[in-house]
Amino acid sequence: MKELICISCPAGCRLEAEALENGEIRVSGNSCKRGLDFAMAEMTRPMRSLCSTVRTAFGDFPMLPVRTDREIPKSAIPEAMKLISGIVVEERIACGDVVSSLAPICEGNLIATSSGLISF
Amino acid sequence: MTDKYDVAVIGGGPAGLAAAIAAERAGARVLLIEREARLGGILKQCVHDGFGLVRFGEKLAGPEYAERFLTQLRGTGVEVTPQTFVDEISPLKGPRADRVPPPTGFQLKLVSAKGMRNVRAKSVILATGCRERTARQVAIHGTRPAGIFTAGSAQYYTNILGQLPAKRCVILGSGDIGLIMARRLTLEGARVLGVYEAKPIPSGLPRNIAQCLHDFDIPLHLSKTVTRVFGHARLEAVEISDVDGVMRPIPGTQERVACDALILSVGLIPENELAEALGVALHPVTKGPVCDQNGMTSVPGVFSCGNAAHVNDLVDYVSESGETAGRAAAHYAMNNSQFTMNHYASLSVDDSFLYAMPQRIHLREPVDEITVFFRSREERGKTRFTARLGNEMILNKNYRQLRPPEMERLTVPLEGAELKPGDVIALEMEEMA
Repeated sequence: MKELICISCPAGCRLEAEALENGEIRVSGNSCKRGLDFAMAEMTRPMRSLCSTVRTAFGDFPMLPVRTDREIPKSAIPEAMKLISGIVVEERIACGDVVSSLAPICEGNLIATSSGLISF
Repeated sequence: MTDKYDVAVIGGGPAGLAAAIAAERAGARVLLIEREARLGGILKQCVHDGFGLVRFGEKLAGPEYAERFLTQLRGTGVEVTPQTFVDEISPLKGPRADRVPPPTGFQLKLVSAKGMRNVRAKSVILATGCRERTARQVAIHGTRPAGIFTAGSAQYYTNILGQLPAKRCVILGSGDIGLIMARRLTLEGARVLGVYEAKPIPSGLPRNIAQCLHDFDIPLHLSKTVTRVFGHARLEAVEISDVDGVMRPIPGTQERVACDALILSVGLIPENELAEALGVALHPVTKGPVCDQNGMTSVPGVFSCGNAAHVNDLVDYVSESGETAGRAAAHYAMNNSQFTMNHYASLSVDDSFLYAMPQRIHLREPVDEITVFFRSREERGKTRFTARLGNEMILNKNYRQLRPPEMERLTVPLEGAELKPGDVIALEMEEMA
């Protein structure tokens, strides 16, 4: 039995997840489907979204906020942070634009979460 | 020269952005005044995600949430004046200045790099957000070395300037910003030795305890606080003490923890200097203005929204209150001659509430329903919430659990209640078996 706090929304439901002998996973305490999905993933392959900042070449906006465009394996976070710390954005890109692929670490892209490089 | 507007919005964070857009859509000529160079307020530095789940059904990063409103704002005729400070605000003195409400509005003295400018507005929206409590406000003794930051300052250095403010730090207070910063600093390579909380329960949301502390093996120490700091040029260590039931440090429990930074996440207080200058009545618990269901304060024509009114847990609610105040301020600006001050019913809460918003209900126009936000004073299990008018039950609702860090939002139907001035709607809570 594993006690979990669901991170899907601010309600923060307290979940209990148990791996049964037949390979099934029993989840209780969730109040919606997202809670169930979260607990299943926590018991098998925990996933997280990752948010950070990357350096830019522009003095008026030196740090561009970024996030992964999907959840990535929790175990991939240290490698993804290494990739992020080496990036310097040299074009004035907009919110939602792709900053970098996350390959070969995991699937997905890093996207900009601000239009600070193109507008005030 | 004096420029005339219907509505002046002070503050370009999430509350002010929503207010300015809503006021303009309601037909008002709007001026949005922002102190910083860029709009978006604190969202600019909140690079973590989780914003907008209520409003957009998505988990957005802070700047991304702001961007949704900036895009809308660009499509309006709202005039924005960035890098502008409101130096003075006062009711207009005119031939009828002794009358309530002030018939002609307010005068604002604005200061920016371009110089000084006087503007007039028929109504004013205070969307000035909140401020963080500092080390001096939580009675930490010792020297005054560099390395003591509020969580918001540490966030600014890290996310806006790209300068890591700590290599090895202690976080005092388990508020959400502190938890978010524990994760952020860890991701950037700093070592977070622990989060210390004087209260026996954490202040932040459970999901932030999980995803910011548990995920990174950062210990959370409850009923412990920082009692002293050491170091001259730079912080060298902090003294941690256990605290008793009333949060007094227990002598003999001190331990010394070597660190180069102390980060404080010990609470937020609504910013209301301008409100005070206008003589707006403040609420002793929320520390924000006493408001009606439209965000109007005790001074006719002065509105409050977002974290300036009371500290919210979700930005989605901040935007909602901005929109409410924006619409109402536009309406007031165009119809203020018909406004009457003595048409109020009120909301009262029993001791189980920390507070409820709004505190009163303006009745000049028919009120079908009001949106109420409340916080429980203590952590509670199954609880029945009731709203009654005299002996008449207006609403009851059951909650599985209530926790002070989480704000509850509900709609109280008032159609058919026939509220009269002076009526009191009593909000109560009752533990259920």
